[in-house]
Amino acid sequence: MTLEQIKNRLSDQFKSSIIKNENLAEHQVEIKGEDWFDVATFMKNDPKLSFDQLECITGIDTGEDGPLQTHYNLHSMEYRHKIEAVISHDRKDPKVASIEQLWRIGDWFERETYDMFGIEYTGHRDLRRILCPDDWEGWPLRKDYEAQESFHGIVVPKIKEEEGWE
Amino acid sequence: MGLLENKFQDNVVVASLDKILGWARSTSPWYFQFGLACCAIEMMASAASRHDLERIGMMPRSSPRQADVMIVAGTVTLKMALRVKKLYEQMADPKYVISMGSCATSGGPYWQHGYHVLKGVDLVVPVDVYVPGCPPRPEALIEGLLKLQETIQTERPLTRKLA
Repeated sequence: MTLEQIKNRLSDQFKSSIIKNENLAEHQVEIKGEDWFDVATFMKNDPKLSFDQLECITGIDTGEDGPLQTHYNLHSMEYRHKIEAVISHDRKDPKVASIEQLWRIGDWFERETYDMFGIEYTGHRDLRRILCPDDWEGWPLRKDYEAQESFHGIVVPKIKEEEGWE
Repeated sequence: MGLLENKFQDNVVVASLDKILGWARSTSPWYFQFGLACCAIEMMASAASRHDLERIGMMPRSSPRQADVMIVAGTVTLKMALRVKKLYEQMADPKYVISMGSCATSGGPYWQHGYHVLKGVDLVVPVDVYVPGCPPRPEALIEGLLKLQETIQTERPLTRKLA
């Protein structure tokens, strides 16, 4: 299926769930956060789409005024077609349904995105940090992140771009 | 050694116990085998057949209890820093630390934006020898090790220090 056909197939089924966003690239489709689990289930199980492989989950911080986003790269082994699903989250309470039980690889992908962006995947059975220590403060890949001053008594020196060591 | 000179056969060497201890220790510092990043590859290359660390008496040990030298080979993240400290504390005295490469010495390429990287392993454990490089070649590491051996040799463990 071509990208156009995939998008049409999705909008036939979920007319109200697809959000029109002109900033997106051709291979991306934005979906409402609250409908994501139903759409994902359909994308996996529909015999014509058959997205049986989740290639990657990425978090994106679009800046202070913009939302946080989760991008899902989906691929079909059967038809060799791909699409990228985009979900936007409210910056103050980023939350979306977990697809960990649809694609099992989503388990670690979601934990990583949670670790770096603090996006909560509701329904994930083991949502812990995966790379940072459990008692880490803050979400490192957010634009407004500021590193903590000390970690277990180890002072983390702050380094400014122009002045060097503080 | 005035009194003892020529009193024994030719194959007997007379020296102070301190010196013998220093010599024995300095020529067999077993190192703690663990790598944290790409420097570990160079450390492995130093131990492999071409450079062969065992010819200077160094041999990898997998337990901190059996090791004398800890080679911190690579980037120390804050998460790992706690473990490095714990491993150092588990080593038996006398113990030495070599900071290998710029990451372990100062944070290296992560010194500015690496929020998760410890800016120098000397913030956590005392370091005896710093080996610069990114990563240092085996020759550089071996020079560092020989420098460490020199230091160990000059130690006098049995002599009382003046207060």
